[in-house]
Amino acid sequence: MSQTNGHSHPHGAAGHDSHELPFWRKYIFSVDHKVIGIQYAVTGLLFLFFGFCLMMLMRWQLAYPGQPLPVPFLANLFNETQMISGIMLPEFYNQLGAMHGTIMIFLGVVPLAVGGFGNFVVPLQIGAPDMAFPKLNMMSYWLYFIGGILMLASFFVPGGTAQSGWTSYPPLSVIASSGQTWWLVGMAFLINSSLLGSINFITTIVQLRAPGLSFFRLPFFVWAQFVTSFLLLLAFPPLMGAAVLQLMDRLAHTSFFLPTGLVVNGAPIAGYSGGGNPLLWQHLFWFLAHPEVYVLILPAMGIVAEVIANNTRKPLYGYKALIYSVVFLGFMSFIVWAHHMYLTGMGTGMSAFFQVTTMIISIPSVIILTTMILSLWGGAIRFTVPMLFALAFLPMFGIGGLTGLPLGLNASDIHLHDTYYVIGHFHYVVAPGTIFALFAGVYYWFPKATGRQMVGWLGKLHFWPSLIFINGVFMPMFIQGMAGVQRRLYDPMQYAHAQPTQVLNVVMSVSAWLLGLAQIPFIVNFFYSIFWGRKADQNPWQATTLEWTAPSPPPHGNFTSEPVVYRGPYEYASPDSKSDFWPQAMKEKN
Amino acid sequence: MDATIHHISKPHPVTGVTNSKLGTWLFLASEVMLFGSLFSAYVLIRTGSPSWPHGWTLLNVPLATLNTLILITSSVTMVMAWASLALKDLGKYRLYMGSTVLLGLGFLVVKSFEYGSKFAHHHYPATDTFYATYFTLTGLHGLHVIGGIVLNTYLLFPGSALWKKEPDQFLGRVEAAGLYWHFVDLVWIFLFPVLYLL
Repeated sequence: MSQTNGHSHPHGAAGHDSHELPFWRKYIFSVDHKVIGIQYAVTGLLFLFFGFCLMMLMRWQLAYPGQPLPVPFLANLFNETQMISGIMLPEFYNQLGAMHGTIMIFLGVVPLAVGGFGNFVVPLQIGAPDMAFPKLNMMSYWLYFIGGILMLASFFVPGGTAQSGWTSYPPLSVIASSGQTWWLVGMAFLINSSLLGSINFITTIVQLRAPGLSFFRLPFFVWAQFVTSFLLLLAFPPLMGAAVLQLMDRLAHTSFFLPTGLVVNGAPIAGYSGGGNPLLWQHLFWFLAHPEVYVLILPAMGIVAEVIANNTRKPLYGYKALIYSVVFLGFMSFIVWAHHMYLTGMGTGMSAFFQVTTMIISIPSVIILTTMILSLWGGAIRFTVPMLFALAFLPMFGIGGLTGLPLGLNASDIHLHDTYYVIGHFHYVVAPGTIFALFAGVYYWFPKATGRQMVGWLGKLHFWPSLIFINGVFMPMFIQGMAGVQRRLYDPMQYAHAQPTQVLNVVMSVSAWLLGLAQIPFIVNFFYSIFWGRKADQNPWQATTLEWTAPSPPPHGNFTSEPVVYRGPYEYASPDSKSDFWPQAMKEKN
Repeated sequence: MDATIHHISKPHPVTGVTNSKLGTWLFLASEVMLFGSLFSAYVLIRTGSPSWPHGWTLLNVPLATLNTLILITSSVTMVMAWASLALKDLGKYRLYMGSTVLLGLGFLVVKSFEYGSKFAHHHYPATDTFYATYFTLTGLHGLHVIGGIVLNTYLLFPGSALWKKEPDQFLGRVEAAGLYWHFVDLVWIFLFPVLYLL
């Protein structure tokens, strides 16, 4: 790397650097929150793309079961334990399914939403020069990176990667091939990465806010990241505990999750004492994984709130209601986990309790969505690209949320559990919900990160086909699910009840591939705009929050002088101000 | 504006803590959840078992009692190390911090004798869920003890160079290490009755 020493600074405005760092310290092993945020975001986007590719392969098998891949070049990429002359093997299908979920959630969405946007935006929005613990911040990125490498490497170990679903339920996961061990070790790295990140976020938000920036003047995005950090801090350790127990089961042959008298392939399992409880894993796993759902959605809601306030040119409706709701939601998310387990036979008393808490948690979610919709009312809406994605988030998340209610009620869940209905439900929340919000965030903060705007018409060319095809992928899943088609089926044609809706699989698969094509304008736009996009000034969106008072891109230390905050985050169209926006850090009238 | 981060060595005027102290407490909160999940797992497996041995019939209670005393003493020396430093007495700090490290090592030696005698009698984690729980919980606690010893040794030797440059910041580091060490002690205070006495 030494030849790149003294590499000229493409991000300009570095006049406040007291000394030039070598390239590898500035862009690779950097402790600057903005560089780490961009590292997280780019790595997260790459993993999202990789996870999407795994799904596009699965969709071929679902649409045309048992037929060889139509592209010989693709078929040649796989060995004979994965595909035979282009026909996917069931074990490989299971691996793709398990890793699609793992990669999308733990390596794609969370790193992009929390590691990427959180790291880049939160210190800027609170007027801090950096995160509270810059070295810890760097370490958390590299732990994530190692975790990601382990997950990718596990595809090449004997027996292939993890194939017990992203939930890794025992006993299947305990007796699975060695890829599962790699999965557990990879998860341990990711868990510790989130842990360090969450400690850093909470400390930063509590300790490093600019003078005048009280908690009730924080942008909603910061509140969302604050609550998210508490979820990561307190919900991930039980999964760490569960991973330790499963590693012990796999490596030391303990029986934490293996019941007495377990029979595998017609013979009693050898080498295990039994006496454990498979449901224990499910409790520990969902104790993480339900709060994890809110880790996926809260930063997205935060982004949407920022974009909506900016593009409606008026304050958010019910700012305090939003904050109280997000805090209550964070608290409730710890006591709803067993609604994933109604059909495990854990008992009707337990089911009744978790049904009640699940219905209660829908209230703050609905408040948040309602305030965002009401925020549009009477606004002078600017239909910018980030606003289009934010507007699409509202009905998409609405569909995802409302279809969750029949799953939260244990009577209707008996029919819908583990069907494609569930897949449709949570994908509406995470894909056209969260991922659309993340795209809104990319378009919105891109000028702050690079000093250049993304191209508008390419953005619209990205948005409209994505919106259409993503609904083509997920809407038919509700129909299939209500028809009783189970998730995780390798070949739906083998089941009589799945055959009538098989035509929908073709619709969904074609939509998925077209959705893949619809991402090309985004990829082109992203790289083109980094180098040749229209130059953006400090505040191209005429926004009010603190990040827009820093130069674009912000130099080391972020602000030219320490900002002082005089008012709330969304002073648009204020009668006390001449212009239609009044930045938080501006003392005089704007 | 330079990239100076506030509240590294002086507490925040409103919250009353430094960044590292708040961070340490948050880390300990996550540790509570980690061990909490494992204790919950223990409760679930034990209550679901048709029979469960009393810890004292299988495990060595006198050795564990000795280890309890060692850890409690080490917590006292840890406080003394911090207090000596607060009184600006680096010599006494080294004495007490050194004692803390040695006591921690002593705990591990006693623990290894316990493990050794279990292995000698062919009691392994795979033997049954009682031993699985015993080895996993004490093993994870042992890893935390090792982590604490590494941290304290660092603060005893190379880390103490900070004392000359930034005494407040170094005092804060020793306090944070102390919080962690007390937590490790506290986990053992729960493990001892749960595994050995009940």
